[in-house]
Amino acid sequence: MNAHRADGRVTVAGEPAPRGRRRRGAGRRPWALVTAVALVFVFLYAPILWLALVSFNDSRTVSRFTGFSTHWYAELVADERVRSALGLTLRLALSSAAVCTVVGTLAAFGLRRVFRGRGLWTVVLSLPLVVPEVVMGVSLLAFCVKLAGIPLGFGALLAAHVAFSLSFVVVVVRSRLAGMDVRLEEAAADLGAGPLTAFRTVTLPLVAPAVVAGAAFAFLLSFDDLVISSYLTGVGSTTLPVFIYGQASKRGVSPEIVALSTLMVAVSAALLLVGVAVVSWRARRAGRRADLALPG
Amino acid sequence: MARRRVPRWLSANLLLLPTGLWLALFLLVPLALVVQYSFATRDTGPLRVVLPWTAQAYRTALDPAFLPIFGRTLAYAALTTVACLVLGFPLAWFIARHGGRHRNALLAAVLVPFWASYLARIYAWKALLDGDGLVNRLLGAVGLGREGGFLLTDGAVVLGLTYGFLPFMVLPLYVACERFDYRLVEASYDLGHGRVSTFFRVVLPGVRPGVLAGSLLVLVPSAGDFVTPKLLGGVDQSTFGSVIDDQFRGGNNWPLGSAMAVLLMALVVVVLVVRGRRGEDVL
Repeated sequence: MNAHRADGRVTVAGEPAPRGRRRRGAGRRPWALVTAVALVFVFLYAPILWLALVSFNDSRTVSRFTGFSTHWYAELVADERVRSALGLTLRLALSSAAVCTVVGTLAAFGLRRVFRGRGLWTVVLSLPLVVPEVVMGVSLLAFCVKLAGIPLGFGALLAAHVAFSLSFVVVVVRSRLAGMDVRLEEAAADLGAGPLTAFRTVTLPLVAPAVVAGAAFAFLLSFDDLVISSYLTGVGSTTLPVFIYGQASKRGVSPEIVALSTLMVAVSAALLLVGVAVVSWRARRAGRRADLALPG
Repeated sequence: MARRRVPRWLSANLLLLPTGLWLALFLLVPLALVVQYSFATRDTGPLRVVLPWTAQAYRTALDPAFLPIFGRTLAYAALTTVACLVLGFPLAWFIARHGGRHRNALLAAVLVPFWASYLARIYAWKALLDGDGLVNRLLGAVGLGREGGFLLTDGAVVLGLTYGFLPFMVLPLYVACERFDYRLVEASYDLGHGRVSTFFRVVLPGVRPGVLAGSLLVLVPSAGDFVTPKLLGGVDQSTFGSVIDDQFRGGNNWPLGSAMAVLLMALVVVVLVVRGRRGEDVL
């Protein structure tokens, strides 16, 4: 009788498993590795869980948990400054995501085929990914204040947020386009679809998951940005991360700030999970459609 | 595609035009302005710079007084990169080799804390590393506690940076691990190599592109970061990023801040050029 081992290899009964190999860990459960991975996950999640726990603390301390209460959240909701900062942050993130999605998707299509000058474009597009945030922040501050005369506030923030998020959208959409089967579009053309119809009925549904993912990416980058925004906020137009930073630099970490941070974590995590779910669902659906269209 | 009225280079450049204009206006021109300011002189009024061109700001920036800050920044960035490699490799290898159909879920689990506001995570560490914080109390229970906690130490800053940038290492490493042909490891075992030798001679060279891309993605932001050193460290932990920030935020000395920003960019360019020379993709 043959036995299937955990690693999928078949051992013949009566014949000893190749011991030397097994001992070296090819098929054995990698307990050392599992332990290391578990520890890294503890390292990743412990601070966030601690933050969430302390936000429901009933005393002012953030070092010990003394009892359950939601009054820090109640205070947050009542705080006018928090509400206005949240409003600005959401408007900014939505606007930036909208601009980045349109402009970035166009660029990704532009980079689809080989043409002279594509290398230069790739270099320009990789710049926002490698320029340190602090350098980008101070250069935009100098630019807005000294050269362009753009008042600090929403406009300056939007210009900056699009500038640092755009490349991420291009990268995401471009990788999807690169993995796309050109034959699908050719088939559409062969079946008599004009370029616009082919784009609307074939290309767009196929890239849609990447466009949605890119938009979510841009939203989160904007929603979470502190360093660059901190140079560009104006009087009365502060984003949430900049507000939190300012409060905490002045007074240290307070329970209100912890509650606010916990909320931001929850929003980001929820968005990420929704994004992942939507992308995998659409990808599955698009994949099924593609399978139907091109069997074999 | 059947009909093509517009030549390919023209349509491609037209599609890229909005991106190009935006990045030129809000990235390239501001960077050029900083280069110009780095050669200016500080004027008496606040937020004022005057030309003519001088190299005064660079002389100040390269003054021996700033040398420790330079060294410390590089040390933090290097230590952070190594720490991210040590923590990130098991994670990436495990997900790629043993993740099975849970790969995407595991990768998302690595990314969730990353998307939890950077600031929130730093505050969490601030509370945990405090004298009265959980870490100090746990370590105190086994006699390793430290009077006043672990804030304001170099270790706290490296820990915060590692925590902040770990996902940048895990993602490229994961891609490299996934592409890695595991049969090479078995071949190495069959040829009599042990675990350590196999790791350094077969696995590590095999995932090299991921190691290099991840190191670049961790090294650059951790060299420029000022939030972590400011919140988890103290005056003795100030870095290049925090000095640049001080020069601009207080409006103290824009030319000096610009010169330091240019030096930081030069560091990035050197790293990129070294990588480019080796014929590897920048990203």
